[in-house]
Amino acid sequence: MNWEVVIGLEIHAQLTTKTKIFSGSSIAYGAEPNTQASNIDLGMPGTLPVLNLAVINKSIALGLALNAEIGRKSVFDRKNYFYPDLPKGYQTTQLDLPIVGQGTLEIEMDGVKKVIGVTRAHLEEDAGKSNHGIVPGMSGIDLNRAGTPLLEIVSDPDMSSAQEAVIYAKKMHELVQYLGICDGNMQEGSFRVDSNVSIRKPGDPLGTRTELKNINSFKFIEKAIEFEIERQIDIIEGGGTITQETRLYDSEKNTTRSMRSKEEANDYRYFPCPDLLPVIITEEDIEAVRATMPELPDVKRARYVAEFGLNDYDAGVLTASRDMAEFFEALVAKTDGKDAKLCSNWMTSGFAAALNKDGLSVLDAPITAEQLAGMLQRIMDNTISGKIAKQVFEAMWNGEGSADEIIESKGLKQITDTGAIEALVDEVLANNPSQVEAYKGGQEKMMGYFVGQIMKASGGQANPGQVNQMLKAKLND
Amino acid sequence: MHNLTIKQMSEKLQAGEITSVQLTQHYLDRISKYDSELNAYVTVTPELAISMAEEADKRIAAGNAELLTGIPIAHKDIFCTDGVKTSCSSKMLDNFIAPYDAHVVTQLKKVGMPILGKTNMDEFAMGSSSESSYYGPTKNPWDHKAVPGGSSGGAAAVIAACLAPMATGTDTGGSIRQPASFCGITGIKPTYGSVSRFGIVAYASSFDQAGPMTRSAEDSAWMLTAMAGFDERDSTSLQRDAVDYSAELTNSLKGLKVGVPAEYFGEGLDPDVETLVRAAIAEIEKQGAEIVEVHLPNKDLAVPSYYVLAPAEASSNLSRYDGVRFGHRCDNPKNLQDLYERSRSEGFGAEVKRRIMVGAYALSTGFYDAYYLKAQKLRRMVRDDFTNAFEHCDVIMGPVAPTPAFNIGEKTDDPTSMYLADLYTIPVNLAGLPGISVPAGFVNQRPVGLHIVGPYFSEAKLLNIAHQYQQVTDWHTKTPAQYQ
Repeated sequence: MNWEVVIGLEIHAQLTTKTKIFSGSSIAYGAEPNTQASNIDLGMPGTLPVLNLAVINKSIALGLALNAEIGRKSVFDRKNYFYPDLPKGYQTTQLDLPIVGQGTLEIEMDGVKKVIGVTRAHLEEDAGKSNHGIVPGMSGIDLNRAGTPLLEIVSDPDMSSAQEAVIYAKKMHELVQYLGICDGNMQEGSFRVDSNVSIRKPGDPLGTRTELKNINSFKFIEKAIEFEIERQIDIIEGGGTITQETRLYDSEKNTTRSMRSKEEANDYRYFPCPDLLPVIITEEDIEAVRATMPELPDVKRARYVAEFGLNDYDAGVLTASRDMAEFFEALVAKTDGKDAKLCSNWMTSGFAAALNKDGLSVLDAPITAEQLAGMLQRIMDNTISGKIAKQVFEAMWNGEGSADEIIESKGLKQITDTGAIEALVDEVLANNPSQVEAYKGGQEKMMGYFVGQIMKASGGQANPGQVNQMLKAKLND
Repeated sequence: MHNLTIKQMSEKLQAGEITSVQLTQHYLDRISKYDSELNAYVTVTPELAISMAEEADKRIAAGNAELLTGIPIAHKDIFCTDGVKTSCSSKMLDNFIAPYDAHVVTQLKKVGMPILGKTNMDEFAMGSSSESSYYGPTKNPWDHKAVPGGSSGGAAAVIAACLAPMATGTDTGGSIRQPASFCGITGIKPTYGSVSRFGIVAYASSFDQAGPMTRSAEDSAWMLTAMAGFDERDSTSLQRDAVDYSAELTNSLKGLKVGVPAEYFGEGLDPDVETLVRAAIAEIEKQGAEIVEVHLPNKDLAVPSYYVLAPAEASSNLSRYDGVRFGHRCDNPKNLQDLYERSRSEGFGAEVKRRIMVGAYALSTGFYDAYYLKAQKLRRMVRDDFTNAFEHCDVIMGPVAPTPAFNIGEKTDDPTSMYLADLYTIPVNLAGLPGISVPAGFVNQRPVGLHIVGPYFSEAKLLNIAHQYQQVTDWHTKTPAQYQ
């Protein structure tokens, strides 16, 4: 039987503020338990929340990137429920008037574009963490995380496969990092994806959904959704019905299991938080954020293709992160835009590979765009060949100086002197009479052999173009 | 010494005729002597008071004292005080010592006012008689059979019995003005947002507002000047320049337009109270004020609106008392649910539980629109009544409460009749307006207050009117015979 899969995602993006959403406590990851929990975070009697205004512009930036409506009047509500790591007995969140309204995000799968609706994005505070098992027979409460600012980005149920859901999640992941509003660290929980999954027969109303929570990698999100789809199909085809519930994914067993069902769900008794005033956002506020918005990845990618003649793949690699794109653009600028393709090639191969090898981010790279540009200049003016450049690059990476210094100290300057090249060519041809015969007998592939020998004899420094030219002239005499 | 006005005390302190230590000790002695019968204090802090008085004396000697430096004060037990128990008169917080001061406490510490102790109140400020206190009811100094009003009943009683020259109170539905009326003292609830709520244990956040409770309007003006002002720790705190609330005290009342709402003199008002209130208004008219009739047609919607909204906010505000981090925790909880249920059942009294249940019900799915949203609409209608009325007058006058102080135990089994004790004060909280209670006479030896309500930020005018009234009357100077 044909089943249609319906998936919607709720993404919690932790905003890159220094302090919590309603208190001055640090949100730095990894501190000793409860060392970043103030009287406000503990919900002590008489303490009050004060909104960290930094979250507003970050939310507006996402709204603009999603072409969404920005909530001109945004209200905080209390979601009431009891849990030991929820100090006040309620979570401050946004119900009816979120800061970001309906928007869209375009994704591409197998070359086909699709627009995914984004229902809303609202601000809320994170809860603390319950640590079971540290103290035998008891649960430890760590409130360092309580009050961490989150932007919950809710999609429309527009995705129809696990793969599509992950493409959307990755795109959102890329976007929030581009905007500089979230560090995207999934291991530390800065970017959390909850998936709502249901199935139906085409044309039928939506089926009962289950929610998959707490999955901290894209790979497992995909697997969990796939497993869940199969599980639901098996149940329905076996004559059963789906229970609306939250399920946890077990990555070791590749299964999902029930965490809590709707019947056990709380009545959250939402109401507007009387301790916080509505946030009023003006046209000027929005325009001020718009003016500081970075060029978004899709726009940048298209521009790289049009402006620099790059292929889609390379443009994609270069725009995969804002830091990468900024490095590339600096490189193009420092080489006066003479050969953007060369810049791209070096970024996507040598530079990216070196980063990867050393496990570094673009910002941690041991060379600057200016230094790399210095080397590319030497390729462009034929001082070194592309091959020699690899040696120069490695030396630069290891901190041995600028390209010019390395070329000089290692004597890597390309041989372009016609007389010197001619001598090398003559020498190689003289030393390989049988190969010359073979070539003249029609084995043209010998050409490559000669070039190799000559380059070797020159220590790689002969200009390959000149060697080819000279070689052809001599052999075809 | 306790019969001096604050101004006289201040002058004597500055002149070196008395010291703050002497003054403070005098009040501590009176507390030792009288409080066992009144039960107005939950906690008395003699050591803290004397050490603060010593500091105040140094400051006076150094010549950089302010008007209130060295004048002792009693804080309602709802204000967090660093290192001193803040119980909110609840078993739930009987063991709670805050590691911080409420903003109001900080402000008055800065001025140099020694803290005598913490005053009794209705549990979590929920009540109109101070009978719901975990520590037992406070008695009205004028008549020990009577309640002092509430929730700031302890504060009103200590002023009336001269067990403190000044006291802080909070007013959510009348909790400063009604006990001020019942105890014959002056108490003002300022415009919502004038005084920071930081460090005040929350009852109903959109209503709670702190204010001074003193003998005279003049005293209140000085104290409010020290208490009020913007505080960045309270998002609902108003960003205004500092105000000198005593600036208009001596203004003439000529030409003042006093609105008298017909609805405040209808059914339910004790005729003797009406007589006194009308006489007080006539006294103000004599000073050149013009009396106009105004209407507050939605007055009767105020109590039902309040008793949905305040419990709704309270049900959420009091969720933090779960036995996990602070406050009462039950013995040997079997599991998490048991911890919650028993800690809260044991820690909260009946009235608090009633309001939590009412509030939770009003907010629950399926009832939210019918109760919470409807109540918000009524709140706007009540506020609009005042806006309309103030187009015809400068201030509104009427009774603070429908009766003088009732007897202890008289209304404890009938919450609805207890709630109606606040029918004139609650509308003012719904609208967020300032209101003052001014002593205006006695019915059967129990005091009665005149209620003056003004537009937003009209505190200085309210204090001016009250002060002018107190220049020609002496009700505010009376002290019960046994406490003179």
